Amino acid sequence: MTATLSAGTAAGTSGAVAQPPRRRVLGITSPRKLPTWVLAHLALLLVVCAFLAPMLWLIFGSLHADSALTVQLGGRWSLSNFVAVMTPETLWLPLLNSFLLSAGTAVLTVICAALAAYPLSRYSMRFRRTFLYTIVFSTGLPITAVMVPVYVLFATFAITDSRIATILFMSATSLPFAIWMMKNFMDGVPVSLEEAAWTDGAGWFDSLRGIVLPLMAPGLAVVSIFVFVQQWGDFFIPFVLLQSPEKQPASVSIYTFFSSYGAVAYGQLAAFSILYTLPIIALYGVLSKALGGGFSFAGGLKG
Amino acid sequence: MTATLTAPPGARVAPGARRHRGPSAAAKLLPLLPAMVLLLLFFAGPVIWSIYTAFTDQSLSGAGASHAQFIGLANFSRMVADPAFWHSIVLTVIFVVGSAVIGQNTLGLLIALLLRHRHRVTQAAVSLVVVGAWVMPEIVAAFCWYAFLNPDGSLNSWVGGLGLTQNWLYTAPVFAVILANVWRGTAFSMMVYSAALSDIAPELEEAASVDGASGWRRLWSITVPLIRRSILTNLMLITLQTLAVFTVIYVLTGGGPGGASQTTPLYMYEQAFQFYDLGYGTAMALVLLLVGALFSLIYLRFVSVDER
Repeated sequence: MTATLSAGTAAGTSGAVAQPPRRRVLGITSPRKLPTWVLAHLALLLVVCAFLAPMLWLIFGSLHADSALTVQLGGRWSLSNFVAVMTPETLWLPLLNSFLLSAGTAVLTVICAALAAYPLSRYSMRFRRTFLYTIVFSTGLPITAVMVPVYVLFATFAITDSRIATILFMSATSLPFAIWMMKNFMDGVPVSLEEAAWTDGAGWFDSLRGIVLPLMAPGLAVVSIFVFVQQWGDFFIPFVLLQSPEKQPASVSIYTFFSSYGAVAYGQLAAFSILYTLPIIALYGVLSKALGGGFSFAGGLKG
Repeated sequence: MTATLTAPPGARVAPGARRHRGPSAAAKLLPLLPAMVLLLLFFAGPVIWSIYTAFTDQSLSGAGASHAQFIGLANFSRMVADPAFWHSIVLTVIFVVGSAVIGQNTLGLLIALLLRHRHRVTQAAVSLVVVGAWVMPEIVAAFCWYAFLNPDGSLNSWVGGLGLTQNWLYTAPVFAVILANVWRGTAFSMMVYSAALSDIAPELEEAASVDGASGWRRLWSITVPLIRRSILTNLMLITLQTLAVFTVIYVLTGGGPGGASQTTPLYMYEQAFQFYDLGYGTAMALVLLLVGALFSLIYLRFVSVDER
């Protein structure tokens, strides 16, 4: 739609200067453009179906009483799978653990990142560039590879199975990207606004807390949500670092749930998956609204 | 100097007010302290520790647990002679090339191109589904594919009429994990490319089309060269992400059957946590880290910390 519209207007403006007959050929869309339009939409439909196919089981499986693995329209529909998993030990405690880990990590990361971003955004320092390049470099390192040495380190200092130690480690892994995002958001707040405060004798902390952070509130929200969503979905870190079932987040307990029974209750697994995924979907909705459409999000990664 | 001159207002173009207040070097570094401590203790610490552990016989049980011995390069010479390790490296390369470089990258670019200039509703609907696969927790994505490819799953029930019914996770484990990872990761490439494509001035392509260039010709000669930088950046980032994939493979095949889909992260996990050989596992972790560091360094070439 937009394609034909912009082609039309472009032809219209250029046509005013150049030859009018050409305008008619470009302006009338039907005979030559229609096949491309149909093909493009068929291809997009195929993409949607292919991406939807593996997801369908979540919905159909969770709503069928007889734990089916296939997508079927017949059979008994019921909410029994949801009712079955909504017990404190199956669902609520793991979700609470997930929340504690993710929220703890998000808060700690955002505080540290906001503090670190201030001098990186505002001062000219000797190692500023080196530091920033190191930060960006660290965002690329595979965390999976660090997990074995992290476990060795935690075991040596006897801090495995500790929520606090896990949060500290998760924050360390989230920090590089959080500092980088935070610094970019902070660059968008003009220094001139702080100058008045400085002449009144305000220190860097007053200036950061009273002027800069309130002005970049959307940026703070984006970084917090981003870190929260990342940790909520993470499996490998808590899987390696937390051993007690009562401390494990939903990502790990759902795996235990899945692997420890002889016959897997697939309907319940699907119901659990949906309830565990919903908060993420909601937060992502907020995130993409805050960024004006989901697309600009990855665009920020270009640096 | 030009960098500071052209920097936008708000960057550190030190105005007079700040300079004469001029916090000392130590005061400037103070806000960095909490982040630095966390990063040094919990990020750099394990990496440095791994360099030490990789040269020991550290294990989870037995003599190596309490009194790890320095054993020099033994872990590394064992690695070089270990066919299972080389097998895992080959699988990792196949997995990264297949699912990231070819799968996610090409499909992501294709979807971004198809979505360009489409109606807003079409764009929203397609990205909702594609991004949905990316946003959901990794373990849920893995379960979706486990159910989809199960002998009693949807795929078999759909292809049953064609006589293709089989246990996909056994007959085609590598293909299965590649497919699942393409499904999960394509959204990232799609978003990177959509952002890059939206930066292209429409006049450039319109001019080419007025000159009679065909669709493919325009794509190759105009569009792709214009987003070259995004393509390279994206390739580095998705390679790094795919190199670290553990959960999807662990849940789908567990590296099996018989090690048939055991990429290096899975082999590392098995050696360290199932065979309790932490020293050997760490040596492998170090190799993975070095490969990651190499790609991350290449990625750094496309990032600039100042020009914005």
